[in-house]
Amino acid sequence: MQFVKEFRNPHLAEALLAQINHVAQRIGCTRKRPVTVMEVCGGHTHTIFRYGLDRKLPDNIEFAHGPGCPVCVLPKGRIEDAIAIAHRPDVILATFGDAMRVPGGSGSLLQARAAGADVRMVYSPLDALALARANPERQVVFFALGFETTTPSTALTILRAHAENISNFSILCQHITIIPTLHALLEQPDFNVDGFIGPGHVSMVIGTQPYAFIAQDFKRPLVVAGFEPLDILQSLLMVMKQIEAGDARIENQYARVVASQGNLAAMAAIERVYEVRQACEWRGLGQIAGSGLQLRAEWSHFDAEKRFAMQPHHLADQEQCRCGDVLTGRIKPPQCQAFGRACSPDHPSGALMVSSEGACAAYYEYHGVGEAA
Amino acid sequence: MCLGIPGRITAIVDEQAMLAEVDVSGVRRQVDVLCVAQQGKPLAELVGAWVLVHVGFAMSRINEAEAQETLRLLASMNELAGELDAMRNSAGA
Repeated sequence: MQFVKEFRNPHLAEALLAQINHVAQRIGCTRKRPVTVMEVCGGHTHTIFRYGLDRKLPDNIEFAHGPGCPVCVLPKGRIEDAIAIAHRPDVILATFGDAMRVPGGSGSLLQARAAGADVRMVYSPLDALALARANPERQVVFFALGFETTTPSTALTILRAHAENISNFSILCQHITIIPTLHALLEQPDFNVDGFIGPGHVSMVIGTQPYAFIAQDFKRPLVVAGFEPLDILQSLLMVMKQIEAGDARIENQYARVVASQGNLAAMAAIERVYEVRQACEWRGLGQIAGSGLQLRAEWSHFDAEKRFAMQPHHLADQEQCRCGDVLTGRIKPPQCQAFGRACSPDHPSGALMVSSEGACAAYYEYHGVGEAA
Repeated sequence: MCLGIPGRITAIVDEQAMLAEVDVSGVRRQVDVLCVAQQGKPLAELVGAWVLVHVGFAMSRINEAEAQETLRLLASMNELAGELDAMRNSAGA
């Protein structure tokens, strides 16, 4: 690729922006009818706001901030499931820090901890397994969430628990997959996105082939991108050039980490431990068929839902929040009436306000409250 | 959780369990290296390699020059601090 050495040079940002601007002019997009590019991944959303890339772009190009932040699409009912398990006196519930702050129906896991539940923040599912080893008299449940980036880690942790015969460890599985969701978005008749910046670390695991349908069936370009500002700008330029040429191809800007075939060992671990969960709910987006994962029957003894004979909770999204419209690129965060009022990082009511990778939290931090897009 | 953090493999801790020690900006911890091990090669060949670590698992091999550059950029974004804090303070570590 052309920019292997230079793409880390900060001065290149201006050059990239100028090129993007030129292509936009040649395409003939306008402020009223801009080119819209969706960055699928919440990590990209964060980079875009942290470096003000959206403000540096001409007003005839728009980013739509996609659904690729696992914390942001955690449904309220699932938080309630985790809280119910955490309140069992024999249980230690462990999860990632971000997941602890997401509001469910009766509060967050942090609030459950304040009320006496044993909820622990861990960096890795391996640390949750270590808690199980150290506390053989307790049940340790790892609230497992994330896309394909983190799915191999919980699959391998379960295989390790199996190998060590650790019987007091289980997971509450909320792993989800991005491909069915991109498919569902593209099928919506009013989905107004011209191209995609593809998720770097999901692609590190699944490779680039699973996106082929986006180019073939929906005639949109997708460029898998790294997480630095120049990565995003370079990827945006690659998308824009495809749009200008009338192309729709899958490209990989993040070749230093992403192999086109993905990570075969990671995929094998996922395949061994998990199978597709047909009924899967996303906060803001509703049910998306086939977008979840569950433990295969062979590993069901590690499934906390089965171990505790749990009845899953189902709760409607917050009515005042328009998380779904933000996630699908229909509105910008400030156009939601709750933004900065009923919903802020200190008191989030929608999950997009919780994680630093959520579009609303990023908007709030870097643009403030008063700005309407 | 999804960002990943670059680190350098300093030692193999347990060949059978596929565990190695990784140095991430001076913070050392054990990581699972199954996803970056090459079939048929001893794990020792990973020592010195830069890997991208996600929630305690090495998920991709990256080269040294690029790893240092990513670290510099990440550190400047303050996000390294957050990931390192989570790594240090994790309940089970």
